[in-house]
Amino acid sequence: MNALISGHDLCLFRGDKCLFDSLEFALNPGQLLIVEGSNGSGKTSLLRGIAGLLEFEQGEIHWEGNPLRGHYQAFRADLTWFAHKVGFKDDLNLLENLRFEQSLHSFDEGSVTAVLARLGLDLLTELPLRSLSAGQQRRVALARMLLSKGRVWMMDEPFTNLDSAGRSLVDAVLSEHLANGGSAIVATHQPLEIVGDVKRVSLS
Amino acid sequence: MTDTAPPVPSLWSGFIGIVRRDILLAWKRPGDVLNPLFFFAMVSTLFPLALGPSSEQLGSIGPGVIWVAALLAALLSLNSLFVSDFEDGSLDQLLLSPQPLTVLALGKAIGHWIVSGLPLVVISPLIAISFHMPDQSIKVMAVTLFFGTLSLSLFGSIGAALTVGLHRGTALLSLLILPLAMPVLIFGARTVSLSTSDDAVSAGIYFLAAYCMLALTLAPFATAAALRISNE
Repeated sequence: MNALISGHDLCLFRGDKCLFDSLEFALNPGQLLIVEGSNGSGKTSLLRGIAGLLEFEQGEIHWEGNPLRGHYQAFRADLTWFAHKVGFKDDLNLLENLRFEQSLHSFDEGSVTAVLARLGLDLLTELPLRSLSAGQQRRVALARMLLSKGRVWMMDEPFTNLDSAGRSLVDAVLSEHLANGGSAIVATHQPLEIVGDVKRVSLS
Repeated sequence: MTDTAPPVPSLWSGFIGIVRRDILLAWKRPGDVLNPLFFFAMVSTLFPLALGPSSEQLGSIGPGVIWVAALLAALLSLNSLFVSDFEDGSLDQLLLSPQPLTVLALGKAIGHWIVSGLPLVVISPLIAISFHMPDQSIKVMAVTLFFGTLSLSLFGSIGAALTVGLHRGTALLSLLILPLAMPVLIFGARTVSLSTSDDAVSAGIYFLAAYCMLALTLAPFATAAALRISNE
């Protein structure tokens, strides 16, 4: 069986420095890929490359067995992206931001209230995001993950700015996603407590 | 969870979504919208004060002054078209959304025009009155500005997309846009001048409309490609 998403012979340079060379990975439904490495080792670049935001020097990403190049649309329907920058507008409130999200992605409209309650955001829906704390803003980004119906989650340093309750929330949410047959690629230098099928890629 | 890709919202909802979001953002931060509008109103109303009340002189320079002010106001506001999306990470989300980037780029440009170009068209009759322009010229002015500002927003979005990753790309943006904006300025100002002396104006208006159609069909593709390049 073909892997859901796989990378073959990936190579990326930043300036003269080779971040990684002949890197391989394959991810099936229900699996988690953890990208480890120190600061500047190319974790974010690898994630951005897989998502198609930057080009690898060499190598290919395959989606459901076919090369991704030229077929990004189908992949992006399944992709949910979570990065350092939350990607919501500061001046709009939570519901206005989610409403825009709904026009871009597949969206689970029925569970908005439940998800916001779970993330502890249900009383903050009327406030512009700029008045939320950094940790609360990360939780808003988590709401995007939970409400999307995409099968692949890509998360870059999901624990930044989160308190311990927030961290265990990320762990729980990820474990559930895997249990439901979703996949995730997570770049982090902190330990994850995930129940599920975990693969690792180390960048040095 | 199913084994197939989830459904994607329609193109129309993506387009309307981004236009509505940008209008809403402008509504919440009116300063960003009013700045170019004030600039336009100030520049074009200061000329009659400085040049004196001779209606002949004002009538002859009016179209040119108003058009130059409109062009500069458009350049001023285009600069920030993609900057805030770039800084808060929304641009990554747009690039990674299953909606075609071309549709979203068109939405951004149309949103920009509704917020900064359309108000200019609406207040232009007031400015035209201060230049003692005859009635038929005021109408021609509004029509040419309608097509002209729309073209400027669309072509300008290409420049804004190319310079989004650069800090302080203002000068570069203006340089990139000016060649594409020149036909708009020349035909716009000239058409209004012709109308003040009761000459035929339809040719100029047709040209501006055609140029606007060219912008509508080409600019979103160029903007989308430029966004992918400059966000690497």
